[in-house]
Amino acid sequence: MIKKVSKHIVQNESLLFEVSSPGKRGYQLPQLDVPAVDAEKVLGKSNVRGEIEGFPEVSEFEVLRHFTRLSTWNYAIDLGLYPLGSCTMKYNPRVNELVARTEGLAWAHPYQPESLSQGAMEVIAALESALAEITGMDAVTLQPAAGAHGEFTGILMMRALLETRGNARKKILVPDSAHGTNPATAMAVGYRVENIKSNSRGMIDLEVLEHAVNEDVAGLMITNPNTVGVFEENIKKICAILHDKGALVYMDGANMNALVGVARPGEFGIDVMHLNLHKTFSTPHGGGGPGSGAVAVAKVLTPFLPGPRLKRDGDLWKWHHDSPQSIGRVRAYYGNFGVLIRALAYIMAHGGNGLRQATLDALLNANYLRKLLEPYYEIAYKAPSMHECVFSDDWQAKKGVRTGDIAKRLIDYGFHPYTVSFPLIVRGALMIEPTETESRQELDLFADAMISIAKEVEDNPELVRGAPHSTRTSRVDEVTAARKPIVRWKPQPTESQAAD
Amino acid sequence: MLDAIGLKSEEDLVSYLPADVRFDRQLAIEDGKSEYEIVDYFKALAARNANGYATFLGAGVYNHFRPVLVDAVVSRGEFLTSYTPYQAEISQGTLTSIFEFQTMVCQLTGMEVANASMYDGSSAVPEAAMMAVRITGRDKVLIARTVHPEYREVLRTCTQHQGMPVEELAYSESGRLDLDDLRRKLDEEIAAVIIQTPNFFGSLEQVDEISQIASTKGALLVVVFTEAVALGLIEPPKAADIVVGELQSFAISPSYGGPYAGIIATREKHIRQIPGRLVGETTDADGKRAFCLTLATREQHIRREKATSNICTNQALLALMATVFMSVYGKEGLRELAEQNLAKAHYLAGKLPLKFDAPFFNEFVVRTNGKQPDQINARLLNGKIIGGLALGRFYPELSDCMLLCATEMSRRQDMDAVAAAFETEPRA
Repeated sequence: MIKKVSKHIVQNESLLFEVSSPGKRGYQLPQLDVPAVDAEKVLGKSNVRGEIEGFPEVSEFEVLRHFTRLSTWNYAIDLGLYPLGSCTMKYNPRVNELVARTEGLAWAHPYQPESLSQGAMEVIAALESALAEITGMDAVTLQPAAGAHGEFTGILMMRALLETRGNARKKILVPDSAHGTNPATAMAVGYRVENIKSNSRGMIDLEVLEHAVNEDVAGLMITNPNTVGVFEENIKKICAILHDKGALVYMDGANMNALVGVARPGEFGIDVMHLNLHKTFSTPHGGGGPGSGAVAVAKVLTPFLPGPRLKRDGDLWKWHHDSPQSIGRVRAYYGNFGVLIRALAYIMAHGGNGLRQATLDALLNANYLRKLLEPYYEIAYKAPSMHECVFSDDWQAKKGVRTGDIAKRLIDYGFHPYTVSFPLIVRGALMIEPTETESRQELDLFADAMISIAKEVEDNPELVRGAPHSTRTSRVDEVTAARKPIVRWKPQPTESQAAD
Repeated sequence: MLDAIGLKSEEDLVSYLPADVRFDRQLAIEDGKSEYEIVDYFKALAARNANGYATFLGAGVYNHFRPVLVDAVVSRGEFLTSYTPYQAEISQGTLTSIFEFQTMVCQLTGMEVANASMYDGSSAVPEAAMMAVRITGRDKVLIARTVHPEYREVLRTCTQHQGMPVEELAYSESGRLDLDDLRRKLDEEIAAVIIQTPNFFGSLEQVDEISQIASTKGALLVVVFTEAVALGLIEPPKAADIVVGELQSFAISPSYGGPYAGIIATREKHIRQIPGRLVGETTDADGKRAFCLTLATREQHIRREKATSNICTNQALLALMATVFMSVYGKEGLRELAEQNLAKAHYLAGKLPLKFDAPFFNEFVVRTNGKQPDQINARLLNGKIIGGLALGRFYPELSDCMLLCATEMSRRQDMDAVAAAFETEPRA
């Protein structure tokens, strides 16, 4: 029985290029208060373009209607539970949107005088300090644009430190449960990647690790809690094994929503880590960005932080460009400042106690769902779950139904699917992260849907395999899209051209 | 709920964490604040920034009007609070808008394919360089000193361990790439020549000539832009092999440096070498047109260490702002907007001693004739005007020069005030 959604009318809409007609316009510019100039004269004839072929020509209202119609084809956290494991889809508080648009902040130019940027600099300083407190690390850079960009920054700093010790070393160890960005990042910093096999409990195997660590190893990239939602209980030993051989430990902070206020990576031996402000700190995903990948480091790595660094000089904040050992800039200006404002507002709204409470609520929600679903889906690992729980589709696969099918069937029940087929170490993974901002009612609806699907798999597996059945767009042919990529619109040839 | 999972208290949820790992103190962060206090806090901070100033800063970040429709669209929760559109059946809104974005970027740049956006313009430069390395099998790149200095710095940071030597190319007295220096440094080991147009000084580069020179040695041409409005009027860099740039000008507020949206566009034959996300057209099971993320086998979540890049996120919401902006202005509007920028900049430039004589769009370099740029800027600040960028910071040889930018937002009276600040002696 589908309780969460009913069918309703959805508007159709063409591409903007197809509704365009010559001469239509959606703008009005002010009268020019200076003399017009002849572009060909001042730029040279060859530097002036002809009209932009195919560019839209629509009215203002058509633009609004177009994008409003498109928006109704999306699922969003505002519509319901969005249980993507490792993605931390939590409520995006609207006050954060409001304060990020405060004029003096939103219209601050990165090169305006420092004396007229003190408010913006204070935001950066306050957030750096809060994130250092939350992670238990010594310093934070907010320059990286996203999580993978933060990884790159962190590994680059590790490399810089090792170089000053005389040997950058050759490889980075990555557990087989890691996010794909980890090995890709290690390569981008010029390291070889060595995969470390997880043990039967989904954790790093100390013996395997000890065997792998030698003088060629620059460091380990670890996710904690790991991607099966389990805390690496030997984390201190793991760090010690690396440190004993002069190697470093990078922590992927994608799952930090399980740790805020409960455990601090700086206290269990992590040397450098990134935080996804668009996960743990509630900034909106926006359909795939912007993110922000703050990087926190232990003292030994602070000389290598990207520049410039913010420093207090009397009553004023100043940008300092003079760190000789810095790895250099990883992007222009100071980072995704608009995202930083939102993250700081989130931290302020919660306070120290509230942040810890949010973590406990996230753990409670995940364990509650695990308990409700365990009779119907095979839990991948028995170890206690933190903020997410991972099942495998083993029981359903016997009926020929795989995790991807169950995911698509969830759509009919009014939910966004969980993370499908990740982590790779679990066969047919269903990775579920509800976050703390879901009510018990919403969790119960979701569990009901999952249980109902498990029964459908027994009684009518075809129904599940053919899902979704109720969406505006039925199952999309991704294979053809990749075989013959069409990545832009082109005008249809007219009949006479087509006949040629 | 605790009962349901058989626990007595919330603390039991973390009781299995090793005792020496658990954090038992309280975070030193003030107690939670009300909505009112939060708004008040940020208003107070904003008041310590520039407010109500006219500005003539450009240098990669431009002061353009944001059509009201932009926030109306991006504030819709269906766009704002959705994830990356991996589940195509319930993400057609985002996917369709990205397909439109990719199309408009191609139309604008004269390229054949574009991706779903990059973090920003600066980080797109090393991605373009690495793409050129993959395509040519060579490893060196040349970059003009007239490319944004911070973009060049990012390129150096990102390529230092890729075995990719980067060499810079001088500029000529006209404020453009020195073609002789290019000819001197170009050889068969160069994968790419990277230029920017309009360049950091605002000057238009000689793209076709540079392309011809580069092709004599088989090097690819990468063209960077930071001022997207220029593309409403100036000839797109059709001779380029890869175009990267920054769309901040298209309705993305300056926001003290980010978040912005970068682009990367290229020729169809290089499509499998593009980093980042791509949206493609296909059909659904009923044969209806549909869109989905495609060519994922280039990406890190499939290929891991063999991916074309470690990039995971794009800048979808910012790309949507740019898409709405391009839709509102459209074919005629973008040109008219660009013409207004051109007129304003040439009005202001007409009153000032120009350093270079190459054609320029809405930015140009001015000599400060014996005065310190900071002196002039300080005087302008008294009249609530933020002047230009003192260039000595990035180009020591130009310490008596300033980069000024005028846009459709620049009022004539403020431009007259800028000109006056260059002429009269400062008051004692």
